[in-house]
Amino acid sequence: MSEPAAKRFPLPTGLRLLEWGLGAWTALVFLFLYVPIAVLVGYSFNTSKLNVVWQGFTFRWYRELLGNEPILRTLGNSLVIAAVATVLAVVIGTTGAWLLHRFRYRCARAIQTLICVPMIMPEIVMGVSLLILFRVASLELGFASVILAHTTFCFPFVLVAVQARLQGLDPALEEAALDLGATPLRAFWLVIVPCLRPAVISGALMAFTLSMDELIISFFTVSPASRTLPLQVFGMAKVGLNPMLNALSAIFVVTTVAFVLFTEHLKRLAAR
Amino acid sequence: MQALPAADAENPHARRATPMGWWLLAPMLIWLALFVVAPLLILVVYSFCSRDDLGRVVFDFTWTNYARVFDETYLKILARSVGYAALTTVICVAAGFPAGWYIARRPPAVRDRLLLLVMIPFWTSFLIRTYAWIAILKSEGLLNATLLAARVVPQPLELLYTPVAVVIGLVYAYLPFMILPVYGSAEKLDNALVEAAHDLGAGPLRAFSEVIIPLTWPGIAAGVLLVFVPAIGMFAITDLMGGAKVAMIGNVIQNQVFKARNLPFAAALGVVFTLLFVASYLALQWRGRRARA
Repeated sequence: MSEPAAKRFPLPTGLRLLEWGLGAWTALVFLFLYVPIAVLVGYSFNTSKLNVVWQGFTFRWYRELLGNEPILRTLGNSLVIAAVATVLAVVIGTTGAWLLHRFRYRCARAIQTLICVPMIMPEIVMGVSLLILFRVASLELGFASVILAHTTFCFPFVLVAVQARLQGLDPALEEAALDLGATPLRAFWLVIVPCLRPAVISGALMAFTLSMDELIISFFTVSPASRTLPLQVFGMAKVGLNPMLNALSAIFVVTTVAFVLFTEHLKRLAAR
Repeated sequence: MQALPAADAENPHARRATPMGWWLLAPMLIWLALFVVAPLLILVVYSFCSRDDLGRVVFDFTWTNYARVFDETYLKILARSVGYAALTTVICVAAGFPAGWYIARRPPAVRDRLLLLVMIPFWTSFLIRTYAWIAILKSEGLLNATLLAARVVPQPLELLYTPVAVVIGLVYAYLPFMILPVYGSAEKLDNALVEAAHDLGAGPLRAFSEVIIPLTWPGIAAGVLLVFVPAIGMFAITDLMGGAKVAMIGNVIQNQVFKARNLPFAAALGVVFTLLFVASYLALQWRGRRARA
């Protein structure tokens, strides 16, 4: 901020000050975002049950977590539900994206809008409306109902991810395959699918995470037998603090970091 | 959020859909019809039904459920939900806009790192993140312990299970959903335009309101939609952070379904909520068109 420079270019100085202020603000925002998570992870190793005072380092809560039957059972449920929902979402989403790219459909715009509805619709409305649908269809709530619900909000995310990748794909690729005598199905399987792999994988990861984290829609569509992990955590957290939950949260946070880094890596691969 | 409506996937090589093309697309269309369109239609039908003493749904045409939504008790809860969600949205814009803007203006290497730092909380389960605040806010929690140790307060503050806690929880859960879309549109914005505004003599305020806001409006609008609407119906955060004290529309819907077993009334609340969502969407679109004009 030397005086002559400020005289000649008064604005850049102002802008620099503004930049500095924005940077400080952003740092505060990151602090706000990360301090609670850090506290949680830190306390998951604290011997104290009361959480506030640091008494010593322990793995006790992690050990207890591994011996907690409801948590393990609901974790198993969540993994099964997320896995099946992800497979369904990948199949529906990838073929849907490809077909919408490959063919010009009448009312393609309406279809595209409809696909976006489950992504932006309030979760609670989706939950209640699916619950009523299952009642009307007299479908007993259980694993099937949760999986149907989860697939419905997961597949649009896969579809959109694949669509973004398709936009950058050379259309000549498929034509070349067809000219060389491949059937459309073989061309799709041998040429298009390998090109789409990074987008499909990141879409699948997204679907899996969304399904693992989903609370509201599951709340309305599970049965006691198909209870998911987030519902179990919600029930435990309502009662108050529980050091086992700290440990579980720490595991969640670490998994999320790994997931984000991996998707980032995929994106870089795809960009190459 | 990268997953918002993609720009039209115009493929110049696309062919008119053959019957085969329609057959192949049919499973997805049927899925959407069965699990998106049909439930919403049934929801509307149910909202006009009533229920008998055993909780069974009786199919008659009545406006009673809607009359009850606009009854004083529920209107108050609805207004409170919208108020809390609006406050959350305002705080998220105030905190998230400068951050999203700042991140977008960094050199690519720094920018990607900072973006990664937003993605981690974005993808971390909101349940876990809400739970983290319980440890901080409860009366023998970290914040109170710190304040007591620093002798700022003589006795622990009642923080958890208050409206303030609910808003903190909501802001914490939804802030990344504001930063990412703002970043998305700020990143596309040409810096030269902002500098041109300055060169042409616009003060920072004018440059902000007449150049920056209109050009980043799509991002702000997407962020508002991603924060405001879910925040209205979010019963989990109000349950965890507000105890049973702060009832919001989501809690009412949940109670009507599982405790009062009044599905028609829950359906009416759901329909009103959906209309609220559509209205805010249209309002944002309209504001966007005006800003561009």
